[in-house]
Amino acid sequence: MSKLLLLGDEAIAQAFIDAGGSAINSYPGTPSTQITEYVIKSKEAKEKGVVANWCANEKTALEASIGVAYTGKRAMTCMKHVGLNVCGDPFMNAAIIGTKGVLIVVADDPSMFSSQDEQDSRFYGHWAMIPMLEPSNQQEAYDMVFFGYELSEKLGTPVLYRIPTRLAHSRAGVERKPALPQNPITYPTDPKSFVLLPVNAKRLYRDLIDKQPAFTKASEESGYNKYIDGTDKKLGIITTGIAYNYLLENFAGGKCPYPVVKITQYPLPFNMLNKLYDECDEILVLEDGQPFVEEQIKGFLGKGKKVMGRLDETIRRDGELNAEKVAKALGLKVENGPAVPEVVTNRPPALCQGCPHVDSYEAVVEVMKKYEHGRVFGDIGCYTLGFNMGAINTTVCMGASITMAKGASEMGIFPSIAVIGDGTFGHSGMTGLLDCVNEKANVIVMILDNDITAMTGGQPSSANKKLHNICIGLGVDPAHIRTIEPLKKNHDEFVKILEEEIAYNGVSVIIPQRTCLVELKKHLKK
Amino acid sequence: MKKDIILCGVGGDGIVSVAKIISDAALNLGMYVKQSEIHGMSQRGGSVFSHLRISSDPIFADVIPEGKADIILSSEPMEALRYLPFLAPEGWVITNSDPFINIKNYPEIEKINAELKKLKHCVSFNANEIAKQLHARGNMVLLGAAAPYLEIEFAELEKAIQSIFGRKGEEVVNTNIAAIRAGRDAK
Repeated sequence: MSKLLLLGDEAIAQAFIDAGGSAINSYPGTPSTQITEYVIKSKEAKEKGVVANWCANEKTALEASIGVAYTGKRAMTCMKHVGLNVCGDPFMNAAIIGTKGVLIVVADDPSMFSSQDEQDSRFYGHWAMIPMLEPSNQQEAYDMVFFGYELSEKLGTPVLYRIPTRLAHSRAGVERKPALPQNPITYPTDPKSFVLLPVNAKRLYRDLIDKQPAFTKASEESGYNKYIDGTDKKLGIITTGIAYNYLLENFAGGKCPYPVVKITQYPLPFNMLNKLYDECDEILVLEDGQPFVEEQIKGFLGKGKKVMGRLDETIRRDGELNAEKVAKALGLKVENGPAVPEVVTNRPPALCQGCPHVDSYEAVVEVMKKYEHGRVFGDIGCYTLGFNMGAINTTVCMGASITMAKGASEMGIFPSIAVIGDGTFGHSGMTGLLDCVNEKANVIVMILDNDITAMTGGQPSSANKKLHNICIGLGVDPAHIRTIEPLKKNHDEFVKILEEEIAYNGVSVIIPQRTCLVELKKHLKK
Repeated sequence: MKKDIILCGVGGDGIVSVAKIISDAALNLGMYVKQSEIHGMSQRGGSVFSHLRISSDPIFADVIPEGKADIILSSEPMEALRYLPFLAPEGWVITNSDPFINIKNYPEIEKINAELKKLKHCVSFNANEIAKQLHARGNMVLLGAAAPYLEIEFAELEKAIQSIFGRKGEEVVNTNIAAIRAGRDAK
């Protein structure tokens, strides 16, 4: 079969289709979005009747996957690293149930190209005590989806599948395997296994503990973790995922003189690591993420042989790994090109010309000039870039605009304005608005409605065309749900609406409604 | 044969599609390819880049180490300078000379040109002007200008354009092929 040129994300998606996947339920988030998008667009997936959905958030998505797994079919849920926080509840409990046939694909973002933190999902997998996979290249990313499902079904556990930005968003040639059929519907053999009443949960948690040796044995024997011998035993190197490539990049023909344990599967392969520790004088741990393996190897007291990595800042603790950082850790010479000339200035990302958010923010900025002590609480999306216009004061996590505005308002901040996009409102804004209504908070919630989830490339927004009714349903007074088209010519009217709602003591919702320009252009092309 | 290429520009200018064409051509020739790109927030009118590595031997890292790029191909002159730390001692900078000014403190273009002149190997020309006459995009003209340095037969690039743009119709294919030819013949 000829090779396909695929992003790491796309390799996972194609493998999901080929490995007999039945349903993919996800929430978009950079750098994971292209997995689900690929399946949604795939003609092949459509012909096979594969279900591919964008859900309201990561929690609803993962719960749908647990439901798919209940029927014995193969499920996948994809998200960015912070999405795993949102579905922490089903994630931990899917592990207790021992849900078979579920791959939870989480794309971490070291260096925060498009994220608010660098959290490493492997800590979650460790905490939930489930096996994890971390492929080192696009071909492995493809192959390990097949392997992940086998592992999940054989050992009775969901599998966390971790990739960093550089694998998610880098293309390489990928060879496909022959496609597998989908599983038939089967019901769980143990009727108690999906009922986490304490009496069942206690037994299931014990089962999970008892499965641990089998998980470790699989890591030793699957062939995905490798002990690669070397001639120079002064140093033993442990690489995880794509860190292996950065190591080989530093040696002609990829010939590393030091013994290496290449890890792509967890729990850690105890025997391989023990051998490396015994045979080498010092250990260097290379990870594209937080020092997850390093902490386990080193132990709390750090006694024994010297273990180097990010904890002792042999490699900077923050930021993505690269070949230069590895070279420095190995004491190799790094040849930089010319320095960036001083004349070069920053070109930060900005809202597009003609973007509806710009018009909304211009009204907000004008009104807020009058209120020195007022604050605008922002949220996650393109409109976070409003910070560069001086329009918002905060950005924390999905949905936090509304709830933070409520909390601050109750402490006397006036006016207290939340700015949230329609996609983020559908993700986790609705419950916060309900809190506001219940407490009669004096807040203005601006739901910037551009019809889609723009930041991640235009996925449908779950609350699309329903915003007005949702707000009424949650108990907002219809007289204080205002809609406006954010355009230059409507600026004065927008300002007037804002001032009227600031004067109202209670929950106001303002919905500036105009389609995202990028999305509009896409439609015009069609 | 091994070429490490940094493609850079400003979000939305389509520099990634140039990377795709070169990748496709290299893959057709049985070469190894790795191409890394950036999605998400950085795309919105900010500085963007893609790392493209093609080689007859296996490639390890998805990104090019600093000081190793054979070519910096830039759709914007200031962006070309931003990625200089990646340039190999004998590497080439091929850039559009037409500035894209979407920030208030964009430097004087003379200062940028002066920096480009200091480079050992640099081709700087107005690709947008040539593209406009052909109703094409500047990045295609740039690709044509870079072709001699890629060590890939020109016909292979045309074949890749055919296969990538084919479903958009013959006119799109012809426009793009005319653009890369014009780029090749420019300078």
